[in-house]
This record gives sequence, C-alpha cells and structure tokens, in this order.
Amino acid sequence: MPEYSPDEIMTVAAARRLHNGMVCFVGIGLPSAAANLARITHAPEVVLIYESGTIGAKPSVLPLSIGDGELAETADTVVSVPEIFRYWLQGGRVDIGFLGAAQIDRFGNINTTVIGGSYEKPRIRLPGAGGAPEIATAAKQVAIIMTQSRRNFVEKLDFVTSSGYSEGSNKTGGTQGRGPTTVITDLCIMNSDPTTNELTLTSLHPGVTAEQVLAATGWNLKVADKLEVTAEPSSAELAALRDLHARTTKAHGTTAIAG
Amino acid sequence: MVSLREAVADLVHDGDSVALEGFTHLIPFAAGHEVIRQRRRDLTLIRMTPDLIYDQMVGMGCASRLVFSWGGNPGVGSLHRFRDAIENGWPSPLEIEEHSHADMAARYQAGASGLPFAVTRGYVGSDLPRYNAKIRTITCPFTAENLTATPAINPDVTAIHAQKADRKGNVLIYGIIGIQKEAALAARKVIVTVEEIVDDLNAPMNSCVLPGWVISAVCVVPGGAHPSYAHGYYKRDNAFCMAWDGISKQRDTFLAWMNRHVLSTRDFAEYQRRIQSSPILISHA
Repeated sequence: MPEYSPDEIMTVAAARRLHNGMVCFVGIGLPSAAANLARITHAPEVVLIYESGTIGAKPSVLPLSIGDGELAETADTVVSVPEIFRYWLQGGRVDIGFLGAAQIDRFGNINTTVIGGSYEKPRIRLPGAGGAPEIATAAKQVAIIMTQSRRNFVEKLDFVTSSGYSEGSNKTGGTQGRGPTTVITDLCIMNSDPTTNELTLTSLHPGVTAEQVLAATGWNLKVADKLEVTAEPSSAELAALRDLHARTTKAHGTTAIAG
Repeated sequence: MVSLREAVADLVHDGDSVALEGFTHLIPFAAGHEVIRQRRRDLTLIRMTPDLIYDQMVGMGCASRLVFSWGGNPGVGSLHRFRDAIENGWPSPLEIEEHSHADMAARYQAGASGLPFAVTRGYVGSDLPRYNAKIRTITCPFTAENLTATPAINPDVTAIHAQKADRKGNVLIYGIIGIQKEAALAARKVIVTVEEIVDDLNAPMNSCVLPGWVISAVCVVPGGAHPSYAHGYYKRDNAFCMAWDGISKQRDTFLAWMNRHVLSTRDFAEYQRRIQSSPILISHA
C-alpha cells in the first residue's frame, strides 16, 4: 500500500461519506478538500453547495474563499445569499453538511467563536458563526472534519456556536436534521450513538491505537464494542488528492486548507 | 454620477450605520478606503464577512460598533486588527453585535421588505442568543412552533461595488451576487462604485439590476474591489490577502501601510499605482 499522511487519510475517509446524488453544503478548509475529492473520484454526481450561493460547483482547484470566481463559473446556478440559506438550506434540500471547528465536545457541539477568557473579553477571538449554526441544524445530517488533540476535543466548550446534541436528551426543539452523526479526524472516526447521541469511537485509522485516541480526547471517550480499522486510502484516491493540492498550490500559492 | 470623494463627503457622516457589502466578490474596497481617508468616526459598521476591508476600517478607528456574522481572512486565518480591537480595545473599544450568516441575510431582506423583523429557524442550541439581546424567540401564530426573530437591518448608507452602470445610473451585478441587492434596498442612501459606464447594460432578463432611481450616487472606480475581484474584469488578489496577514499583525506595520497606501493617496487610482509600484515587501508569516 502507498504511504500516506494522517491528514490524507482524514480527507479520504471524509470524502467517502459522500455519494452520487447527495447534496452537500460545504464549509471552507478541510471539508472543502474532502468534498471535492469525492467529486473527482467516486462521486462525480455529488452536488456541492457553498454559502456564497453556488449550487453544483465543480472547481478544478480548491477555493481559497467560499466565494472564489471558479465556484460561480462551474456551478449549475448561482443564487443570492438569502436564497441559499432560506430555500436551499432551511428549505430542507441539503443531505449533509461538511463542517470544521476549533473545538468540539462529546455531543458534537462545536465552537468557532472564542477561546479562553469570556465572550466579551476573549483570550482568542475566532471568526465566529458564519453559516454553521443553521447548517448544523438544518442539514439532514452533519459530518465534522478536524484534526484531533486534547486542546480541541474538550470536556466543556468555551462557547457553543453551533449545536450538536444536548446531554441526556434528543435534539433540542426546532432542529430539522439528525445532527452530527460523524466526526472524522486524523486519528479515527467517531459516530454518534443512536441512543445516547454521545460520540463513540468506531474506527481507528491503520496504525493508530485506541489509547492514542483516548489520550487525544479531553473527555472519557466511549469506545464501540467492535472497533473497525479505517480502509487505507487507495493509490487512486491519494493521487487525486495530491493532484488537487498541487493544482491548488499552483493557483493560489497556498494549500487553501487554513481556516 | 459623482466622484467617490464627493459621494462619501455628502452621504456618510460620523455616527452613521454603514453597510459595505459584497460576499467575497465585489467587496467595495474603494468606498471603504475613502471613508478612512475622510476620517469618519463612531460608525456602526455592518457586514456579514468583515474581512480585510473592515480590518482596515476598524484598525484606523472608524468604528465604535460592528455588526457581523464571520470575521476572518478567508483561507488565510485571523483578522489581526479586528482581534486587537475586541481583545485589547485598540485603537478604541469596539462593541460587537454578532449573528449567523442565515440571520444577517434574513435581516437585510426584512429591511428591504419594509418589515420590522426577520424570522428564521436560526441558532437552535447555540450560545449566541445568550450574548445578543437582539436574537429573540417568537411563537408561530399558526403552528405554535418556536422560531427566531431578529430586527431588520436598515443602514443609513449601503455601499457596494458592481461591474457596470449605464448612463442613467442603472447598475448590473453578476457572478456571486451575495447580499448586495437586499443591503442596497434596505438602506436610506446607496453608493455604488462600478468598473465602467456603458451605453447599454445588455442585461439578460432576470439579471440582478439595481435601477438608478434607488441609488444615491454612482461612482466610476475601475479596480474598486481590489484585492477582492470583479467577475469578468479581474481576479482576486490572493497574494495580497495572504500578505495582509503579515502587514496587519503588528500595529506599527499596519499604520505605516495604511498611511502610505490610503491616507497619503488622493484616491483609489493613486492607491493602485502605489500597490503596483511597491510590491508587497512583508512576506506572509
């Protein structure tokens, strides 16, 4: 099997959640890399929606911002920002939201607002909500893609920007979708437990141990009785991903995976 | 049709609420620079994505209040001046009013529609309503569902950039049209900068056209969205957006850059000549 990095297996594992015909609302960064990898490999008919209003975008390089011109040029249609959120997202037409985050808790709640201090006087001010609060609750399900460490997989979020599940109950009233069913990291895959909604370790990437994952999680992570091993990236998937990043670097002079 | 200098002098006043819109595309940088040049103060700045343009305006002390939904440098990282204002109150304290994109878009729509508030299924389970008293819950009179209500946005002035206007001041916008139509129709006064004036817009039916009679001032400013882009005219200057990270990280390099490129230039054309003649020397950290 070919050599690959933890970031590469994370992106490939996330891409595999998408299938032909699915409608995916794509966040910028890692989620965008994964969604486009799916589109150029096994799921050419996946529909990618970006919050800038581009529906069915088919970019040849990863966009640096969610409003790059190539998204508009390759889209089936470009609609206004109110329309994308009202008719397409809130209207219930999105199968899966692909999101990243700065912090996550055991119920898939995510923080992209502040780290440390208080809301009014934060130690680190992050960009904020963007489209995430409504993607998290209106998409039929949500996949969260982020690198894993004790610093960002935390017992208690500094701020709940976008909701997952609330402890000990089903979703709070008013959500339309099933919430964050999957979290894909550079170490493993977690799925929300169908009964308790708590994130549960279900699949280890090859060569990673459960102890490593527990050490990189800030809460007492539940582990599935039957742990799987994530299928390794194929040579074709790796080649497509590396080509995509090479084209992107050439186009922007960056890998376009930052925030 | 007037110069941008006259439009800002006549229409933008200290203490106004001002929306500069353009969702990653057609960001009205020229208008923002002119507000900085004319040293407007105490503005309430409204924008879904206060990216580089509001980083510049906040860092230059134009704003006392910011209404927004995502404050970052897309694909690059933090907005250092925005963060310095919130984390350290520099150059002056900045009050923030924070929303989500879906809600901001709905609030502009309500403003354009003559309604007092917007209704969404927003913020379910989010902490944002705890810190923003404008995010309230209402009960649907027909289904008894709980929904989110937020007040309409009606800026004193909205400024946008567009591709072209005809000689009567009708404006055509295409590509990613974002929230510009709603932001313009929600405002009391509207400034539009355009790439060019043409005899005929040749706008296909159903295009995004703002009739001249809803616009207060049309100003010709070629390149007026730089470093953002104007579809059909020029691309986003990604190198600049990355270099901004280094320029804006420290207060002194930021102030030196703003002084050289904005305060000591007469207009946007001169800014563009300076940018072209002095390639960015501070590398992306």
